[in-house]
Amino acid sequence: MNYPDDRKYSKDHEWIMVDGKTVTVGVTEYAAEQLGDIVYVELPQHGEDFAQGETFGVLESVKAVSDCFAPISGTIAETNDSLSNSPEVINEDAHGEGWMIKINVSDPRELEELLDHDAYEEFVKEETS
Amino acid sequence: MRYLPHTKDDIQQMLDTIGVKNLDDLFASIPGELRAKRELDLPHALTEPQLDREMRRLAFKNNVCATSFLGGGAYRHYVPSAVTELAGRAEFVTPYTPYQPEVSQGTLQALFEYQSMISRITAMDVTNASNYDGATGMAEACLMAKRIGRKRNTVLICDTVHPEWREVTQTTLKSTGMNLVEIPHAGGRLNRSNLNEALNDNVAAIVVGYPNTFGIVEDFADVAQAAHDKGALVIVCVPEPLALGLFEAPGNFGADIVVGEGLSFGLHTTYGGPTLGLFSTQQKFVRQMPGRVAGRTTDADGREGYVLTLSTREQHIRREKATSNICSNQALCATSCAIYLSLLGKEGFTKLARLNAARAQYAKNLLAKIDGVKVAFDAPTFNEFVIELPKPTDDVLHVLANDMMYGGIALNRWYPEMKNHLLVCVTELNTKEEIDMLVEKLIPLLCKEG
Repeated sequence: MNYPDDRKYSKDHEWIMVDGKTVTVGVTEYAAEQLGDIVYVELPQHGEDFAQGETFGVLESVKAVSDCFAPISGTIAETNDSLSNSPEVINEDAHGEGWMIKINVSDPRELEELLDHDAYEEFVKEETS
Repeated sequence: MRYLPHTKDDIQQMLDTIGVKNLDDLFASIPGELRAKRELDLPHALTEPQLDREMRRLAFKNNVCATSFLGGGAYRHYVPSAVTELAGRAEFVTPYTPYQPEVSQGTLQALFEYQSMISRITAMDVTNASNYDGATGMAEACLMAKRIGRKRNTVLICDTVHPEWREVTQTTLKSTGMNLVEIPHAGGRLNRSNLNEALNDNVAAIVVGYPNTFGIVEDFADVAQAAHDKGALVIVCVPEPLALGLFEAPGNFGADIVVGEGLSFGLHTTYGGPTLGLFSTQQKFVRQMPGRVAGRTTDADGREGYVLTLSTREQHIRREKATSNICSNQALCATSCAIYLSLLGKEGFTKLARLNAARAQYAKNLLAKIDGVKVAFDAPTFNEFVIELPKPTDDVLHVLANDMMYGGIALNRWYPEMKNHLLVCVTELNTKEEIDMLVEKLIPLLCKEG
């Protein structure tokens, strides 16, 4: 699997693309593959606040339900509402069209705790070995 | 059904199989001080004639011959013997959590039919495979409204919704931090101006009774409009769902969740139950709905079949994030309900509702003619209504009961200020003669002296 080097990653298998004070968040290809066919996505509402580690949404596949944890504290700026009608996009293009939310970051220092693509790839290897 | 105890041989065979000498050895892992060192204190076994006599003695303690005008949340209706016979089949009665599609197509289809029929009666998109009863269903509906409304924390509830349902809901919500705010009635109906004052952006839902505890059926289209304008849901509580054979279905006036008591549909009122919680909602809220759902699908070969669907919302998959703590349902009662409704059919359902309303109207008119008696609320009712007596209701009911007649429910039980108010229920089981007899017995009791 290919983890682009233009973004950060979390140990909850999310990717975080930083653009100024806003970050875009999605799940990694690895996470999407582990979940299997995703059939339902629950997203937060605009303006909702989350602390790092809080549950902001839910991914439901044919075999499991997983919480999505905010990789960083902040306020929801945008959600990918097209996922409600076509959740399969996450399986098809997890790192692109399958993005889930955009967060206005409240504490940029938290970004430093996130993994770069090499570290994440290493983390996945450890998890699967 | 057969209930056969283990014989000594059975027990010995089981012990031999697992390699234990006797029962004492089997229970050896239980510390001695925790084990009873004596026989259980039970009466001796009875012979069949002795047992028969004892059961009759107990049965006669029930006042089964009394004429009853009791309603108040549990409504007596005729249960055709086919319901009891079919629902009593061992395939329905004995299996425990029979939801593996490989072996349970009959049960799953019965539940699917039940869901379909309740959805049609309430004019809602989806119905779950049942809750325990109307009261816990109402509490679940409030929790569901909270899940949908997220930060909204208040539920407004008419004080004419069944008092015991409100109590159950209060208990359930106690630990959730939600507020349950009661809206007082005006003349038996929801007080619109009180409601509008209380309605704000923190309200998750408005809960209304349909019919309400006074038997009144009111149009809630305006309430639904007001609720939706403020982003709140409308939960319609239906204690007597037979009323929907005559009055507009809640889905047609904007209900978001409908909960009901299914006791009226093919179940007996013995000991006030068993009860059956009807729970319906709109498609857009289906993932927030509590309980299990039977769905129709096709298998790998394209054959029609039934399976539990949307299980990912439930505890066995979603654990603590499940939509609800409910982990069972009233499958056998729901099956009885499906059989009952299919026997009635669409026309029979409407006819039975009309018959109930007509009998109750007959009683209401006659009772209102008694000197000193008046109809308490000027509002349309279904098969239950409130009259105001010229003296305390408790005294009157006591005399009637000694005369083998349950004349209704004294409303001061739930509304202390209503000392002279009597809630009278009339179903198809109350003949015209019974109604005439109630009136005849009441007249001398309500005469001036006393």
